[in-house]
Amino acid sequence: MSALPLAQRIRRNAGQIVLTSLGALLAALWLVPFGWALSTSLKPEGDTQKLPLRWIQSNMNLDAYRSVLGDGNIPKWLVNSVIVSTGVTLLTVVVSALAAYGFARTDFRCRRVLFGITLAGIMVPGTVITAPLFANVRTMGLVDTYWGVILPQVSAPAMVFILYKFFQGVPRELEEAARIDGAGRWRIFGQIVLPLSRPVLAAVAIFTFIASWNNFMWPYLVTTDPDLATLPVGLATVQSSFGIRWAQLMAGALLAALPLLIVFVFFQRQIVRGVAHTGIAGQ
Amino acid sequence: MTPPVTAAAPAPTRSRRPGAADGGGPRARLGRVFQHGGWFVAPFLLVYALFLVWPLVSGLWYSLNETNLAGINTEFIGLGNYREAFGDGEMWDALGNTLRFTAMITPLIVVTAFGLALLAHNIKRGKWFWRLAFFAPFLLPSAVLAELWRWLYEPDFGLLNNTLNHRVPWLLEGDWAMFSMVLATLWWTVGFSFLLYLAALQSIPNHLYEAAALDGAGPLKRMWHITVPMVRTITGLILVLQILASLQVFDQIFLINEGGPNNETRPVVQYIIQQGFTGYRIGYASAISYIVFLLIVVVTLARLWLVRNREENIR
Repeated sequence: MSALPLAQRIRRNAGQIVLTSLGALLAALWLVPFGWALSTSLKPEGDTQKLPLRWIQSNMNLDAYRSVLGDGNIPKWLVNSVIVSTGVTLLTVVVSALAAYGFARTDFRCRRVLFGITLAGIMVPGTVITAPLFANVRTMGLVDTYWGVILPQVSAPAMVFILYKFFQGVPRELEEAARIDGAGRWRIFGQIVLPLSRPVLAAVAIFTFIASWNNFMWPYLVTTDPDLATLPVGLATVQSSFGIRWAQLMAGALLAALPLLIVFVFFQRQIVRGVAHTGIAGQ
Repeated sequence: MTPPVTAAAPAPTRSRRPGAADGGGPRARLGRVFQHGGWFVAPFLLVYALFLVWPLVSGLWYSLNETNLAGINTEFIGLGNYREAFGDGEMWDALGNTLRFTAMITPLIVVTAFGLALLAHNIKRGKWFWRLAFFAPFLLPSAVLAELWRWLYEPDFGLLNNTLNHRVPWLLEGDWAMFSMVLATLWWTVGFSFLLYLAALQSIPNHLYEAAALDGAGPLKRMWHITVPMVRTITGLILVLQILASLQVFDQIFLINEGGPNNETRPVVQYIIQQGFTGYRIGYASAISYIVFLLIVVVTLARLWLVRNREENIR
């Protein structure tokens, strides 16, 4: 760096300053909705619709959060969301990893045909099968149960494909060596392949979790019991009964957004890598 | 792709697919089917068959029947539902809204995501911050997104109208409402494509830029002749993912404005849901679903065709 001529260094720094300012401006613009929600949620209910609008005022407090949390519904929906999303994520990871390994590294009759059918499923958009899926889930007696919410979200052919691609890249020598030592297929899978696949498993898990946490349509359709509502469904249905209590609405919205934002801050690297991976796998 | 030979190596004359050559009772055959890998895929195939394949097939059957939610009063009517759908003005309006939405959001997402990614890639400091700022909205549940933007769009007390100092009818007039949906969706979802672009930018080898700089190419030239072609694959991918997602748009439009005003933003998926769940017409809803499905298959196949053509051109 220091070997560069002074003029070039200055030009480079000036470029960085311009870019950073532009970035800061856009980032600020991008974060405005969050900021405004935060500001509204801290106002007394009577002040949310006062003109002119103010971002900061002296009588801000946490009342809206207190009443939202004290209401009991949001904590209940939060628990439901945790149960559903954790269930979907665990089942998807286990089932998809097994299937991907089966398709990538074992042989059985009709393997190619079954894999082809699995790949074709990636093209099937969830919304297209919603109506018949609901009718079928209903005949299975799963409406208004956790299983009815969870199981249909587990059939994720795209995740199988991502893991399949990864397992194909695991060196065969490792497996051969283990086999010579007398390990069976299941031990090879559990003790050699899975530990190697931690990053891609994490990516699949995080993506499944985000998708499931934010899924609105399916839980909305398959549950009528408000006690089974997940957070997005509960929030959407309660909007009207809150009327125009904007401070509480915004407090609830921010509380609902918080878990995933925390997940993102902690797993940023995996998520970024996961997006890249998922994207490339989709080609 | 054949698996490595098993520990108990079979005689070399045997078929490589275990059990493919000799017969046996059905029980024995089943055992052989699962002998090696079948058990790995069985759980997935079970869930997949129950919750994806079966609905797909039964949906096709429902679409040929006049049926209701409970599955009683089913009557085979052949292509009647399809014929009705093609003559259904409301279906066409909803489909038109979906296509309009898709046509507006897709180029916006590509351009915005690319611009933001270029910016975030080239700023040296605080990379985590730019990623967080532009990606964070993607993490919001749709219900939260809807609340945030309904509040921003509020005509009297909304931040937008009070900042612009102008009374824009964000959600109150058809064309404005569609634009508002596009704006909220752009804010909400651009982060995903942004990260795809960011990953693509990171994978461009630096020496290309250095060589071009030595040849005297300025920043704009370098971007046009190196960056844009190098991310072309990702651009194609983003385009298709965005079109496929937009054809299925539902959550945010339903939650912000219920497809209003006067159904002027109502997407086709909302119409399907209304027919199936409010109108109790699963058969008719399934028929419209299959029409949308056909559109989606066309887009997917067009992409496969384009990619193949390009590969052949490169060769």
